[in-house]
Amino acid sequence: MANVSIRNVRKRFGSTEILHGVDVEIDDGEFVILVGPSGCGKSTLLRMIAGLENISSGEIAIGDRVVNNIAPKERDIAMVFQNYALYPHMTVRDNMAFSLSLTNASKAEIDEKVGRAAQILGLNPYLARYPRQLSGGQRQRVAMGRAIVRDPQVFLFDEPLSNLDAKLRVAMRAEIKELHQRLQTTTVYVTHDQIEAMTMADKIVVMNAGNVEQIGAPLDLYDKPNNLFVAGFIGSPAMNFVKGKVADGAFTAEDGTILPLPPSAAGQDGRPAVYGIRPEHFRLAGDGLPARITVLEPTGSETQVMAHFAGTPIIGAFRERIAAKPGETIRVSVDPMAAHVFDGATGQRIGA
Amino acid sequence: MTNATVEDAAQGANIDVPEHMAWDSRARRTITIYIPLSIFIVVLLFPFYWMAITSVKPDYEMYDYKKYNPFWVGSPTLDNIKKLLFDTDYPQWLITTMGIATAATFLSVFASVLAAYAIERLRFKGAQHVGLAIYLAYLVPPTILFIPLATMIFQFGLFDSPLALILTYPTTLVPFCTWLLIGYFKSIPYELEECALIDGASRLQILRRITLPLAVPGLISAGIFAFTLSWNEFIYALAFIQSTEKKTVPVAILTELVTGDVFQWGSLMAGSLLGSVPVAIIYSFFVEYYVSSMTGAVKE
Repeated sequence: MANVSIRNVRKRFGSTEILHGVDVEIDDGEFVILVGPSGCGKSTLLRMIAGLENISSGEIAIGDRVVNNIAPKERDIAMVFQNYALYPHMTVRDNMAFSLSLTNASKAEIDEKVGRAAQILGLNPYLARYPRQLSGGQRQRVAMGRAIVRDPQVFLFDEPLSNLDAKLRVAMRAEIKELHQRLQTTTVYVTHDQIEAMTMADKIVVMNAGNVEQIGAPLDLYDKPNNLFVAGFIGSPAMNFVKGKVADGAFTAEDGTILPLPPSAAGQDGRPAVYGIRPEHFRLAGDGLPARITVLEPTGSETQVMAHFAGTPIIGAFRERIAAKPGETIRVSVDPMAAHVFDGATGQRIGA
Repeated sequence: MTNATVEDAAQGANIDVPEHMAWDSRARRTITIYIPLSIFIVVLLFPFYWMAITSVKPDYEMYDYKKYNPFWVGSPTLDNIKKLLFDTDYPQWLITTMGIATAATFLSVFASVLAAYAIERLRFKGAQHVGLAIYLAYLVPPTILFIPLATMIFQFGLFDSPLALILTYPTTLVPFCTWLLIGYFKSIPYELEECALIDGASRLQILRRITLPLAVPGLISAGIFAFTLSWNEFIYALAFIQSTEKKTVPVAILTELVTGDVFQWGSLMAGSLLGSVPVAIIYSFFVEYYVSSMTGAVKE
C-alpha cells in the first residue's frame, strides 16, 4: 500500500491542453473517487497514474517514487477497465493467474493466490469458465479478482460499473466498498455518477474541464460546495439556483422575492449572487412563499415537485404526501441555515 | 406417430430453421432466394464438373460432340490419370508445389504478423504512411516485377531452385497479409493489451499470449490466402524454374502436357483437378475461421 501524489500535472494532446495543473494528495489506504462530467479529464488522469498516458508536465508519485518515467508494469498497480478487458481466450482461472504467470511464480503460489481471490469474490464455481459464459456482474468480479491477485499498492478503477444494469450496479457498489474495507488498499476510482462517488468514497475529487473544482469528504462537498459547479453536480435531484442579489441583509431574487440569507453570507450588500437551495431543504409552510406546481412525481418515500418559485423552475422533495395538483400553488419556506449563496460573477461560495 | 412426437419434431425444427414469417410466401422465397442461389451454385460448380468429367473421358468422346453428349461421359476411363501419375513427374510437382507454398506462406505470415502488429499497435511515427505504402506495394503487378526480380535471382545464384520462389512469393504475399492482419488486429480491443501491459507483460509476451491467440481466425485466413496464391502462382514459377522435375503444378501441366500444339486435355484436366484438391481440403477445414475473420470482431 502507498500514498499517491499528483503534483501540478498537465496533459496536452498536440496543442490542446486537457488537464490544467491538477494537484491531488491521496493518503495510504484511502478510497478516492474522481468524478466529473464526460470530457473533464478524469479518465485521462487515471490513465496517467496507470502509465498508459504520458505526463506532459508535473509529477505523479506512488509511495516515495516518482513514476513519470516508469513503465506500467513497474508501478505496482492494478487496473479494472470499464469493459473489464478480460482475456476472452482464457478461463477465469487463467485470467486471474495471467499476471502471476509472467513473474515466474510457482504453481502452488499461483493456485493459492487465485484461490484466495476467488474465495473473496465468490468466484470458485466459475474458475473453469470462459468470460463469454459469465454474466456482467460475474465478469466485473473476475476483473476485480485479477486486480486482487496482484496485491498491488494501488487499485485503479475506470468507470467499472457503467456497463451494469441499475440493480446490479447498486449491489456491486456495496461489494467494492466492502472489498476496500477488507483489503485497505489505496484506491483511485473514476466515475461520472455522483451517487457512486457519494456512496463509496472516503474523499471525492470533483473535476470539470481539466481542473479540480473541489476535494473533500462526500458530506463536506454536499454541505459546503465551494462553487456553483460542485453545488450543481453533487446531489440528486440537483440543487436549485435562484439568481438575484444580496441587499439589506437578505437575498432579493430577480422577480423581487425576498429569501432569507444564511448568517455567514450577510454584509455583502449589492452584490449579484446566486442563491442555492437543495430540493429536500424546502419545507411546506402555511405562511411561506408561493410555488406553482408544474409536475408532481410521487416515488412513495417522498414526492418530488417541479414548480415555479421566485421566478425560476425548481425541484422540491417532500416527505409529506402532497394533495395539490399541477397548476395549484403550495406555500414553502426555506431554512436559511441550509441555503448556499454564490457570487454571481465568479460562481464561488460566499461566506463559510 | 403420436401427436406428442409430431409436436416434438416441430419444436426441434423450429430451433434450426428461422421462423417462417407470415408475409413471406413460398413463391416469394423461391424467387428471391432459391432461384438466385441455384444459379450461383451452377455457375460456381460447373468448371469443376467440366474438369472432373474431362479428366475421365476417353479421347474419342472428347473430340466428337456430335456422337457423344459433351456434358456426360459414356465410358469413363482412368487412362488420363494413369498417364499423369506414372508417365510424368506429376507427384514430384505436387510435392514441390506443396513445399514451396507452405514455406512461402509461413515466411509471409510470420513477417506480416510482426509488420501488422508494429503498424497497428506500436503506433510509431509515420506508421500510417508505412501501412499505406505496404498496401500500395501490393498493387504493383508481378508482370512488372518479375524482370528485376529475375536479375536478383541470378545474382544470388538461386535460379532453378525452389528458394527462388519461396523468397519471391512474399513480395506480393507480405503486403496482402499485412494489410489483412492490420484490419484484424484493429478489431481486438486495445484495452486488452493495456490491461496486459499493466499486468506486467512485455510487448512480445502480449503479442504471443494475448494478440495472436485472439487473431487465430485472421492468421488462418491470411495463411489460406498466401497458400492459395503461392499454389496458383504462374509467372514467377514460369520464369525462375527451368528443370522439369522442379516445376510447380500450374506451370508443369501447361509446359509438359501441351506437347507442341497438342493439348492433352484429359491429363491437363486431371492435373488441374488433383492440383486443386489440397487447396479445397484446406479451405473446408478452416472455412469457419475464414468467414469469421472476414466478418471481423473478437467476441468476448
